[in-house]
Amino acid sequence: MSDHSDSAYEFAVHHGEEEGKKIRKRIWLIFWVLLGITTVEVTLGLIWKSLSANPDAIWGIIKWTFIILTLFKAFYIVFDYMHLGHERRNLKWTILAPYIIFVLYLTFICLNEALAIRDFDFLWWNS
Amino acid sequence: MGHQTESLDTEKIWGGGESPFGISYGKMMMWFFLISDALTFSGFLVSYGFFRHRFSDIWPVAENVFTHFPFLHGHHPLLYVALMTFILIMSSVTMVLAVEAGHRMNRKSVILWLGLTIVGGLIFVGSQAWEWYHFIHGTAEGALQMADGTIAHLAGDFTLALSDGSSIAAAEAGEYFGHSHVGHQHAHIVGVTGEASVHLPQALRAMGNGLAIGSEEVQQFILTGDAAKEAIMSGSIIQGANLEVNEYGVPLFADFFFFITGFHGTHVFSGVVINFVIFVNVIMNTYEKRGHYEMVEKVGLYWHFVDLVWVFVFTFFYLV
Repeated sequence: MSDHSDSAYEFAVHHGEEEGKKIRKRIWLIFWVLLGITTVEVTLGLIWKSLSANPDAIWGIIKWTFIILTLFKAFYIVFDYMHLGHERRNLKWTILAPYIIFVLYLTFICLNEALAIRDFDFLWWNS
Repeated sequence: MGHQTESLDTEKIWGGGESPFGISYGKMMMWFFLISDALTFSGFLVSYGFFRHRFSDIWPVAENVFTHFPFLHGHHPLLYVALMTFILIMSSVTMVLAVEAGHRMNRKSVILWLGLTIVGGLIFVGSQAWEWYHFIHGTAEGALQMADGTIAHLAGDFTLALSDGSSIAAAEAGEYFGHSHVGHQHAHIVGVTGEASVHLPQALRAMGNGLAIGSEEVQQFILTGDAAKEAIMSGSIIQGANLEVNEYGVPLFADFFFFITGFHGTHVFSGVVINFVIFVNVIMNTYEKRGHYEMVEKVGLYWHFVDLVWVFVFTFFYLV
């Protein structure tokens, strides 16, 4: 790191055939993970109503299963395919922090408000 | 990478000459663009969630809307969109393989994988057009939009008498009224012959049309006899979906569907165009001369992002 005119990063990290084989193996492994998760999601989407005598009672669990599986897929795409998992920590947080803070908050506040407005309108219609 | 970060002199890093993030300017700007673009999509999906929860009792179930599959008859919920998801994941894999080939300076491999990525993207856009077509076109019987805007379905074997003296079967009503064009006035309904019944959506609350529907036990409210005839005469028959009407339920569902999948489809399309430009550059040896294939990495980031957005659209539009 003594020569600063020679930038600390390279434009494209070159690697050899041996290294490439390992990387390709991981790429295909993640492909099977993504495909597997999608298959589980679709299957669950088709059969969840027959899993219980009272489907409404288990819908909450099913819904959260879908959301968690989606976040898993998103994690693999962003951290491996988009290479974010191998970037520096400051870049990682620059990219992820806005979502962890703002989007979660926005989601919570909007869905909460929507339910409140729905119930308010319901009372108003029936008064 | 972690070890390298610790050994860096931070004062000199921020002083210039080095990238504090350890990536090139181009890649960093692509990331910054993706951050803002992702916030836009988050806004769309959250607003979708807002209206979906607000109208949770009358919101259509996507499973009952998107049930077509090419060359297959009958009811196939989720299958087509699962195929689309598979195609997009596959094109994400071919893209990351193109990036990997670029790191080995293997031009032929880059051409192969980037070419396949473009093909995958085109198939996805085509699939989306097909899905839109069926959603816009709708079903043969259409639906009854009641005077208060409620979307109901006609059932029973009966005919509708029209103002021009002719009559049509209820099962064909959607086809007849759905194909209205500007300057082409349809006859309107003047009578109902036969035993008509009108199925209101599940768990419907009192909608201000004089009907008291409050019981939680009522899963499907059915109008028959004179009530059904009155509902048909005072409402209108609609077919398919557009920005104003939606035979599958609340028009907002169609609005959000067109807007979000349309915005995503625009991203896929522009991604295909950008990939194609880079593809031509690869063929013309541009990156061989430059000594690196970083450009493929940059468009790769964008392409993975498009896939990422679809993962969320798939969940929140089709599954949940």
